[in-house]
Amino acid sequence: MNITEKILAAHAGKDGVSPGELINAKVDFLLANDITAPIAISEFKKIGAPGVFDRDRIALIPDHFAPQKDIKAAEQCKLMREFSKQQGLSNYFEVGRMGVEHALLPEQGLVLPGDLIIGADSHTCTYGALGAFSTGVGSTDLAAAMATGECWFKVPEAMKFIYYGTPQKWVTGKDFILHTIGDIGVDGALYMSMELEGEAITELSMHARLTMCNMAIEAGAKNGIIAPDAATEAYVKERAKRPYVFYSSDPDATYVDTREYDCSKIPLTVSCPHLPSNTKPAEELSDFDIRIDQAVVGSCTNGRLEDLREAAAVLKGNTVHPDVRMIVIPATQRIYRQAMEEGLFGIFLDAGASVSTPTCGPCLGGHMGVLAAGERAIATTNRNFRGRMGHPESEVYLSNPAVAAASAVLGRIGTPQELGL
Amino acid sequence: MEDADRDFPGKVRPGDIIVAGKNFGCGSSREHAPIAIKGAGVQAVVAKSFARIFYRNAFNIGLPIFESPDLPDEVEEGDEIEIDADGGVIKDASRGAEFRAEPIPPFMQGLIAAGGLVEWTKKKLASR
Repeated sequence: MNITEKILAAHAGKDGVSPGELINAKVDFLLANDITAPIAISEFKKIGAPGVFDRDRIALIPDHFAPQKDIKAAEQCKLMREFSKQQGLSNYFEVGRMGVEHALLPEQGLVLPGDLIIGADSHTCTYGALGAFSTGVGSTDLAAAMATGECWFKVPEAMKFIYYGTPQKWVTGKDFILHTIGDIGVDGALYMSMELEGEAITELSMHARLTMCNMAIEAGAKNGIIAPDAATEAYVKERAKRPYVFYSSDPDATYVDTREYDCSKIPLTVSCPHLPSNTKPAEELSDFDIRIDQAVVGSCTNGRLEDLREAAAVLKGNTVHPDVRMIVIPATQRIYRQAMEEGLFGIFLDAGASVSTPTCGPCLGGHMGVLAAGERAIATTNRNFRGRMGHPESEVYLSNPAVAAASAVLGRIGTPQELGL
Repeated sequence: MEDADRDFPGKVRPGDIIVAGKNFGCGSSREHAPIAIKGAGVQAVVAKSFARIFYRNAFNIGLPIFESPDLPDEVEEGDEIEIDADGGVIKDASRGAEFRAEPIPPFMQGLIAAGGLVEWTKKKLASR
């Protein structure tokens, strides 16, 4: 069996599972946000369960439209807060203590290797970076799981992606995954498990691994997963408050397809409108003078401390172009504090960038940086579908933090190399 | 649906069947998508493939969907479509053509029959 099958089998109480099989499995942790939790709560009430299955294994996180952007958002968050109190949930995260959900839960050690995790948010696949099976579901799935601690799954087929070679300067996990999505398409791994491995993955930091698994859904995948190793152990041992299990794939595990990428040849990569798969080398785009109005560094994809450091390394001693609004959003309160204490805020402010409290905000066109008709942004976020960051006639280009920061300085899409970096 | 067809909300009638291409429902985890389609009176959705969260959300809320990878692009708006759910056959009566649909596993037929995951879970909890 491969790692995904092993985790699913263990949680379904079976010796083995195979692709296509429908199973009912126990869930270790589940989460919802201010958009999806209200429906889940309403469905949970319809089920009529006496209470949640485990008050310590459910996280409700107001992050999408929080801090509450308008009255409707405030009502949604209020509903979550009241439900959390009523059920005695230990993992409700209030503004001031919260973060973007998929950055927050790994940081807090609430999701762990070997876990089976579901979240009413498509980017729940992020936690595969820890060696967990983790996938996005709907609000009704979440309601049923809150009541029973279980969820139904179809065991996915798997694709293997092997990354080798030493990446070029500024190239990181975001470029690896954008390049991969560009190669296989937005439905290239539909329903499937994306298993990422190879020497270049072993060399990747946890934050870059989280970035890669975060975007598995942008290739249509059910989950992205990386077998845990020494880096995983170092990351989770100081955070975990409960036991965890390392799973790995058997040598004879089967895959419907295996792809290999020489990372020394992966360029700084940008996804052009309006699909994550519409990738181009950043260097090529420099020639087209693609003017931008906004640059965003943040989100569950690239709002971690290391991402802010990469952006700051480019911005240091430079100034954001007069025609560009640059918005930096640390993904959690802890990241916010660390970035502040190590002087990154000073660099951002000196460059003329704004720094926001943690929120999903502009990534989904929610608030804190919505685009007008005809405006164009470069963002370290995960989706550039039509209208994603605002007006249907606005455009979003996706990149890593260094490219976004360099573009903010240049006023057009470009690379750190153009700034002599 | 307005992004795909601006006139859709005015045109859709109870009992209609949506016929679509690849990766139908691509986007987010939000259940608002199948709820809106079901609420508009759509009886079923047939597509070459579905985005996976849309797929499970549809079963969970009791919207019948059928995956038919062979579905040709020639099916046009207004064609009369018949679905034989048990036999796994989709007929385009207007063109006299038949296509194979992926069989719906018994577990998911049970979800649809129960009226969705909420009702199914109620029964499950009651039987404990």
